[in-house]
Amino acid sequence: MTASADLSGARVLPALGRYRGLMNAVIGMSLLVFLWWLGGRAVANNPDMFAFASFAPGPTLSRLWVMITSGEVWDMTLPSLYRVGLGMLIAAVIGVPMGILIGRVAQLREITNIPFQFLRMISPLSWMPIAVMAFDTWDGAIIFLIAVAAIWPILFATAAGVRRIDAAWIKVARNLGANPWHMLTTVILPAVATDILTGIRLALGVAWVVLVPAEYLGVTSGLGYAINDARDTLEYDRLSATVVVIGVIGFALDTLCQKAIGRLNWNRTSE
Amino acid sequence: MQHDHPSAERAQPVAKSGDADVRIAGVAHTYAVVDGPVLSGIDLTIAPGSVVALIGRSGSGKSTLLHIIAGLIRPTDGAVRIGGQAVQGPSPRWVMMFQAPSLFPWMSVAQNAGLGLRYAGQKDGAAERVADVLDLVDLASFADRNVQDLSGGQQQRVALARSLAPSPDVLLLDEPFSALDMFTRQSMQTDVRAIAKRLGLTMILVTHDVSEAVLMADRAVFLKSGAGVIAGDTDINLDDRARNADDPTFDAELARLNEIYTGLQTA
Repeated sequence: MTASADLSGARVLPALGRYRGLMNAVIGMSLLVFLWWLGGRAVANNPDMFAFASFAPGPTLSRLWVMITSGEVWDMTLPSLYRVGLGMLIAAVIGVPMGILIGRVAQLREITNIPFQFLRMISPLSWMPIAVMAFDTWDGAIIFLIAVAAIWPILFATAAGVRRIDAAWIKVARNLGANPWHMLTTVILPAVATDILTGIRLALGVAWVVLVPAEYLGVTSGLGYAINDARDTLEYDRLSATVVVIGVIGFALDTLCQKAIGRLNWNRTSE
Repeated sequence: MQHDHPSAERAQPVAKSGDADVRIAGVAHTYAVVDGPVLSGIDLTIAPGSVVALIGRSGSGKSTLLHIIAGLIRPTDGAVRIGGQAVQGPSPRWVMMFQAPSLFPWMSVAQNAGLGLRYAGQKDGAAERVADVLDLVDLASFADRNVQDLSGGQQQRVALARSLAPSPDVLLLDEPFSALDMFTRQSMQTDVRAIAKRLGLTMILVTHDVSEAVLMADRAVFLKSGAGVIAGDTDINLDDRARNADDPTFDAELARLNEIYTGLQTA
């Protein structure tokens, strides 16, 4: 080995380092698709299971392409996004103010602590029969279930953020003549913006998981319905393509939340 | 005591403050969780435009008294009037500056300095006013910077600008330089006195450091630990040029005040 070969190797390495994150992501994804392909092979070679062979990557991805070009993906995704969006909005509209109150008022925190911890532990899906009875429409019931699932992470993250607010900031604002509205808009909300968004990010993860089983309810649209429908019509490639769509959109929404958190984060030291 | 301000000085945009005396009458305070009063029977009149140092050990109630003057604590008994107006709570006319700058890290330097104006709903001329006070504390070029990029001394200067922006008549300082290094502290002490004199501000300064009082104040009021009463009150007659540690008259004045201070503790 010569000295010049060593040098050129050293020059290439930093350039590679820049793409290391991307390369590792590609490796991870390739590994996942490979395992999926292995599973597909095993299913196809098994005489008891070969009917499910279209779960494999090949049939799934070609069917996914057909679904994307025909617009079917958007048709089944939009109703789901609408339900999750509305459920999340309701959860935030209730959860953020409640979280702020609970974070600020010790007595309220003590009163609500046990009831809220109790309610939080109930699987949102166990509200399903009650939701179906309480709401006139399936849509209403699904949105309710998503809101019930999403409210707790938002509420608890907001309350925890409010409790961490530096008391000196409150004192400074009061000293300069801040009224309660000023206190909320110039101190509390900016101070806990990242906490609220972190709560929303967690809530979105839960809501997206709850969405699919919730859409097994009477509705005739959405991703959960599409999965059930594909099973009933034995179109397993469509079923697995829908699973891919659910994963991709969930991942995209989470990435959006992360970007928003990074943007709103005022704390230099945590970067 | 500076009762008369040259009219040219008062015409400056930043020199709107001043002309408010502080009258403390029969103020007493007892905290709910502490046995016995922290303050009892405090009577004190502070002339407009003067700088008064409240000196005492921790537990002497000096900080409590300052919070009462600022309207941040309601006294158990007695009353405070500033420029004839009874203190019922915080006001842009009397502003406190704390030990820590506690700037809002989600706001720029200028936004932090303009907080008091924003709370007062003052939009007209607010930007000019903020520019003026930042200029006054030598931070004009930092207006758009993130406060987290500033040094401790610069942050405390922003806090000073924030306190001055609403044109208060009275500036209350609660050991605001004790967290700074020695050199930064000395320059702040000199600068703040100069700014207060230039604006005609009445200033009350809480400290346990006698040399800080001699550097900054026209008058020293001593509070006695445990009793919560005024145990000493003396004018500091020093020319502004003599207000530095190298001047012999400064040393003499420091020695005189130190003697009063130690005498109080042993008595």
